[in-house]
This record gives sequence, C-alpha cells and structure tokens, in this order.
Amino acid sequence: MNGVHDMGGLQDMGPIQHESDEPVFHAPWEGRTYALNRALRAWGKWNLDASRHEIELLPPADYLRMSYYEKWLQTNSSLAVKHGLITQAELESGKPEPGSPKATPPLTAGMSSRFLSRGIPSSRDPRVRPLFRVGQRVRARNLNPPGHTRLPRYARGKIGTIDRDHGVYVFPDTMAHFRGEKRQHVYSVRFAARELWGEQASPRDSVHLDMWDDYLEPA
Amino acid sequence: MLVLMSTTRRGFIAAAGAAATPNPGHAQDHDHDHQAVPSDPALRAKALESLLVEKGLVDPAALDALIDTFEHKVGPRNGARVVARAWVDPAFKQRLVADAPAAIAELGYTSGQGEHMVVVENGPKVHNLVVCTLCSCYPWPVLGLPPVWYKSAPYRSRAVIDPRGVLREFGTQLAEDCEVRVWDSTAELRYLVLPERPAGTANLTEEELAALVTRDSMVGVAKAPPPGDKA
Repeated sequence: MNGVHDMGGLQDMGPIQHESDEPVFHAPWEGRTYALNRALRAWGKWNLDASRHEIELLPPADYLRMSYYEKWLQTNSSLAVKHGLITQAELESGKPEPGSPKATPPLTAGMSSRFLSRGIPSSRDPRVRPLFRVGQRVRARNLNPPGHTRLPRYARGKIGTIDRDHGVYVFPDTMAHFRGEKRQHVYSVRFAARELWGEQASPRDSVHLDMWDDYLEPA
Repeated sequence: MLVLMSTTRRGFIAAAGAAATPNPGHAQDHDHDHQAVPSDPALRAKALESLLVEKGLVDPAALDALIDTFEHKVGPRNGARVVARAWVDPAFKQRLVADAPAAIAELGYTSGQGEHMVVVENGPKVHNLVVCTLCSCYPWPVLGLPPVWYKSAPYRSRAVIDPRGVLREFGTQLAEDCEVRVWDSTAELRYLVLPERPAGTANLTEEELAALVTRDSMVGVAKAPPPGDKA
C-alpha cells in the first residue's frame, strides 16, 4: 500500500527531536499499551505483519498526528474487534456484554519472559531454494500492491547487488492478509546512493535493504 | 504545546513529535491541550485494559511482567556490554560479525520474535547507520525499545536520502572519504552498529569501556565518545 508510513526519502518533515535521558515509557499508559499489544497477540488471532498493516491502515492525517503509542492504542482496539475478541459495543461501553463467557488468558506473568524469547521458525529451510545468488545484479520490481508490503517505494525499479543471503523467511505480503507463509529467501541488497537519489548523493554511499525473492528480478 | 496552533507543515509535524514526548507539568499550563488530543489516551488505555481483563482475555500481572522487562531488564546497557567485549576480545568480535545471534547469546542475551541480529562495524573508512523507514524495527534484545526520535517522521524519512545531513544534526562529523552505509530494516533482520573504540581508552577495563558506549553510537547516529566527553 502506497501509504504515508512509507517515509523513506520524504523531505521537509522537520528537525529530529532528540531527547537526552529519554525514559522507556513517557507515561504509564504507554507501557500498558505496549504490553497489551503483546498479550493480545498471544491469542494467535493475528500475526506481526497483520499488526503492522493495521497501523498502516490508520487515516493518513491521524498516522502523522498521533504519537507512536496512540497508534498502538488505536490498533489494539481495532484488531481485538476485527478478530472477535471483543465487540464494538463492548469497546464503546467498556463492559462485557451480558452472558459473554469468561476466557482464560493465554499469557501469564510467569510465561511472559519465555514468550519474549520464543523465535519464529528457523530461517534455515533447505527445501526453499534461493532465486538469486550473492554478487548478482538485481532490480527491485515495480510493484504497487494495495495491501501490506515491505518493499519501500524509493527502491522500486532500482538496480542493486545481492550482498548477503539471510536465509528463508515467511512473506509479509501474504502473512498480513492471512494468505499463507509463502516462505522464500531474504537478501541484503546494496543500492548505491546515486542509483536511488541521483547526483546529489555521495558517490561513496549506499543503502542496504532486506528484500524477499518476490520483490526482485534479474537485472 | 502552543506549536499545535501552527499552520505550517513543519509545525504540524513538530506537533506530532511533541505529542509523543509529553511534559505533563508543562502541558497543564495551556488551555489548548484538550483540543490537541480529542480523548485522553490514558483513560482510553485504562478502559480497554479493564474490559479485556474483565473478559479474561489478558492477565494484568502478565502486563506488569512485560513492562518490568522493558523498563529494567533489556536496554542499551546490554548492547554496550556486547560492544565492550568486542573491543577487548578480537576473537569475540570476529564471531560477533560472522554470527551475531550466537555471539550475543554468549553474553546471555537472546532475541525474541524471530529477529535475527546482524552486527555492522564502523571504522575510519566506513560508517553504518540504522533506520526503519516503514515502521520502528529496532534490535530490542540489545538496545531495548526505540527512542521517540527513531520512530519519528523526520528521522525515518531523511536517514536514507540524506544520511550525512542526519549525522551532522546529531553532531557527528565524518571525513569526506568515509563511506556511509545505511541499513533500512525492512525485514526481520535487526542491525546493531559496532562503533569504533575511542582514542585514549587503552588502559580502561571492559566495564569502563561499556560505560562509554551510548545507545546513539549503536544506532550509528553518533560515535562512541572518548572518556570524559560522554554525550
């Protein structure tokens, strides 16, 4: 989706506001919101890619206006409603509907540290063959999918070189829409800064992106 | 928060950043704040949590444990220990650059969520900088949760098109012949920058070295400062 979240290369967004000795959370509700996101995801009703896409679906003006955890607060609610954990009426009233069953939380205090250190399936799946090899010249495909993608606009159509094969990963473009894992290789692809931005960029500099097989074609 | 009344584009973006770094004491001085955020996020967060707890969907003690983890157990001190070890132990550094997850695990830090760590090394001829232009991907097992500026539009937009300008904004000067490599974390790989060991540190212990390593130097927006000059 060509949304405002795809920010690479935008200009005039203002100065970077660095805060020294920044706290982990600026207010207790930010921590609660962060933790709630993790605890809700433990239900397994949606995955990380769907969670990212939900934030991308916020109206563009809201996306730019809201603080980071306001976005999470909003999408915690919308994902819980969308996937049937709560109803819209419950969200509005703040009360469970009469007679609704009481669930058992999948994530408890004792499990939370284990939950945090549990990885996704191995990135080494020998059954999935790489389509490209290290050193090969590739072009980022000119794709404009209406759904979730991790192929930034600024790289589309540009030529780079495969720098490293990271192994096999699930494909976010299908995962976010519950259309399967579509496992494939992910590579670190090096793009010269001048290929991306023209003569204004330093001839020495480069940008590395991590790209799935489906984002690439031979160049 | 008066900046919210600004009609310029930059004012609008700055206001969005300001909303992310609230100063409660200051905010109450102004009448405009209730207009800035239509509904108090603290109240909405509380209402959502109590509904979910009442329905048995989440355990509040699990939330407490997660918050405790991020406030007290993971954070940039973990990354600083990894960097200091690499500075004093060349064999460790070699393992770290070749297979970061395994080397980092030697120090007891494990990654979660399937992030696979990659360590990129800064030197006099190469400077690495990490960003996530699409969201907020960050190597949290070694650095904790990302700071607000890392997740903000100004950084995410500019780090890829004008990395040298971004570095200057952080007060970081590079030699003209130094190559800048930007790492846009578009997949589940997470990048940690191994900063250059500052001059004048030959006699420091590993622990003293770790105290010099800043979060910003491990994102690549700054260099690790020499002793007595900690940013």
